[in-house]
Amino acid sequence: MSSLLWEEVPLSWFLLLSAVLFSLGVVGFLIKRNLITVFMSIELMLNGVNLSFVTFAHQWHTVKGQIFVFFVMVVAAAEAAVGLAIIISVFRARATLAVDRIDLMKL
Amino acid sequence: MHLILFIVFAGFCLAGAINLLLQTHPVNSALSLIVVMTSLAVLYLLLGAEFLAAAQVIVYAGAIMVLFTFVVMLLNAGREERTRGSRAARAVGFPAVVVILAVVATVILYAHGLGSATLGEGLTNVKGSTNIEELSGVLFTKLLLPFEVTSVLILIAILGAVSLARPGNGEPEGSVASEGGTDSQGGADPEGSAERTGGK
Repeated sequence: MSSLLWEEVPLSWFLLLSAVLFSLGVVGFLIKRNLITVFMSIELMLNGVNLSFVTFAHQWHTVKGQIFVFFVMVVAAAEAAVGLAIIISVFRARATLAVDRIDLMKL
Repeated sequence: MHLILFIVFAGFCLAGAINLLLQTHPVNSALSLIVVMTSLAVLYLLLGAEFLAAAQVIVYAGAIMVLFTFVVMLLNAGREERTRGSRAARAVGFPAVVVILAVVATVILYAHGLGSATLGEGLTNVKGSTNIEELSGVLFTKLLLPFEVTSVLILIAILGAVSLARPGNGEPEGSVASEGGTDSQGGADPEGSAERTGGK
């Protein structure tokens, strides 16, 4: 157990975790029927990609990957604000959040 | 120690992501997404990115998820009804997801030099400066223009969010009202919706 305790983690495990998180986000994007939950799946995909950026930054001893993650976070915050405002606007026009019944771009 | 931390928090991550897919109520999905993001912050700490771990907790698990839960509770979103969805999503989407995952996992596991390092080697820093010093050094010297452009982006996003979500004389409501409510199912007037959302 002590040898297991001090064994180092291979970085490919982090990359595998990020790939699995991205795939779970894609699956959620496909199967979820609520507009807000579909939006959350997109955030999950962004987080999976961020993890692989940080892993590569760690592997190659550079901060460029972390700066990428910083900008992704900024853009994700702006995207969440605008997207949720659009969701509120759509709900006000349609009174539903089911993606099956939101099939027109016209409000 | 790193291995145990990785296994515990990667398990939290996967459990939260799978729980996000299985839950039918959006509030439960939002809370499991908070679990995923906080566990990712711990993984960032393991990878030596202290600033990003703090930003992950503050921006993602704090601001963005508060916005999500606020909107879920404001719109009173109930359980989602399970429909079959589109047939193309099932016929093309799921094999595509499996193929993507298989290709990426194969590349990660077998490509030369990709992910072959182990954790901990990147933590030794030559110059003796911390992660935040390096990050801010690059961000405020080489990348000063993109950094300032993001502030303009945030400003435009704030203005867009306010003008989109404002009830009454915003642009979407004005276009609906100018066309005389020809859309049969989109005839919710602003006063009634404001009353409905305000009454909850």
